[in-house]
Amino acid sequence: MSIHLVHDMETLHRNILSMCAMVEDLVHRAVAELDRPDAELTHELVTRDDEIDRREVQLEEDCLKILALHQPVAVDLRRIATVMKISAELERVADLGVNISERAAGLAAGPEIAIPDKLHYMAQTALDMLHRSIDSYVEMDSVLARKVCEQDDVVDQFNREIITELIQVMHASPNLIEPAMYLFSAARHVERVADHATNIAEQVVYLVEGEIIRHRSEQHHGSVES
Amino acid sequence: MKTTPPSPSTVDAQEREKPPVLREAPVTFRLETRNLSFYYGASQALFDVSLPIRERSVTALIGPSGCGKSTFLRTLNRMNDLIDGTRHLGEVLLDGQDIYAPEIDVVKLRKRVGMVFQKSNPFPKSIFANVAFGPSLAGTRDKNELAEIVESSLRRAAIWDEVKDRLKESALNLSGGQQQRLCIARALATNPEVVLMDEPASALDPASTAHIENLIFELKENYTIVIVTHNMQQAGRVSDWTAFFYEGHLVELGETKRLFTSPRKKQTEDYITGRFG
Repeated sequence: MSIHLVHDMETLHRNILSMCAMVEDLVHRAVAELDRPDAELTHELVTRDDEIDRREVQLEEDCLKILALHQPVAVDLRRIATVMKISAELERVADLGVNISERAAGLAAGPEIAIPDKLHYMAQTALDMLHRSIDSYVEMDSVLARKVCEQDDVVDQFNREIITELIQVMHASPNLIEPAMYLFSAARHVERVADHATNIAEQVVYLVEGEIIRHRSEQHHGSVES
Repeated sequence: MKTTPPSPSTVDAQEREKPPVLREAPVTFRLETRNLSFYYGASQALFDVSLPIRERSVTALIGPSGCGKSTFLRTLNRMNDLIDGTRHLGEVLLDGQDIYAPEIDVVKLRKRVGMVFQKSNPFPKSIFANVAFGPSLAGTRDKNELAEIVESSLRRAAIWDEVKDRLKESALNLSGGQQQRLCIARALATNPEVVLMDEPASALDPASTAHIENLIFELKENYTIVIVTHNMQQAGRVSDWTAFFYEGHLVELGETKRLFTSPRKKQTEDYITGRFG
């Protein structure tokens, strides 16, 4: 293997891991802000998001450079494709983190509303999925990746239950419609974080096993004999 | 016990879940080896190779130096017969018939299975004579017919426009890339069904290589092509199927696009990614 390709792949790997860490941290802090809204933190997260956007573009350029100069094949090619896709997913997760932070800031401005416990559980599950999907990429662990995909249904169910609960709150207390809508929106964004974590995990399965499993039914998220 | 039939919406959902039924055209193997082992004296060069070669496709043979690719290629038209002390086990089937059967006419075989070598080897004759040589030897005497064969072959080899005004000139005056295309035209002149190419572009510059690769793409419409190449990117560009050889064994055969994105064997992946070999 060309030393130039080895060097470029190692640099790419370091850069995507760095982006993973930044995005995880941003989303963690945004979710925590639901309980403790902080306008300064929201501003800080917006600035970090701009940096993440820049890194996503840089990663794409680096990937295209490797493709053009080295024409990698097999696992090296799949890794490049995976990095391109994962960086795009992470960029969207960072955007969602900013959105969650902005909803939290909106909550601070209005009447006080209890954050549903299910939203906490849902957020924890989504963050766990994001963390484990990144772990599966680092460890090249398609078994772990498939388990992450299975967790998405749990988050979807939480989302449905939270919507039902918030609708009941809005019926019972019309003065809480505005903060309830902020929570509704925040829950929606958390659910999308889980979706992106699933997409990352599906991409890891492709990287490790060479099989594209996205857009398949749940039973195909299990191991498939070739 | 009476069962409740599925509701229309369930049936619709189930139908949407099913993958579409693809009706594949029946596969024809023009050439096929079965349990082929080959020996140079006491040294075994090929081990139990069973490799089907699809009609009107390009099959690339890849692998590190000394892995048996060229030996295998030469078994397909018995060019190894020219080497003393060689023997084989197993079968090489052309349209279902073993080419090593005693009744096989090797000259006629090599008309049907032509070969192009790494180093272009035009005869020290005119361009016309090079291409007409094979058909003449086969018995074609009519001058007009020979002229038609020569033109047709040179056109199929994508070199007619470059040489049509100098057919009487020596073939040795042509550039390296032109000489190689002339050799391809010479192979095509006998109307083969299969064309074997042993690293046909390895001695050529990038522009000439591109010409040869484009030619291969055109030729596969009408011919079955087997090509040995050391150039991974070339194998990826020109071939439909790729066979990876290692130390005389066929390690993996697969559709090129699949083999170069998700090879099934670790050894194949290590080789094509440059981790060894």
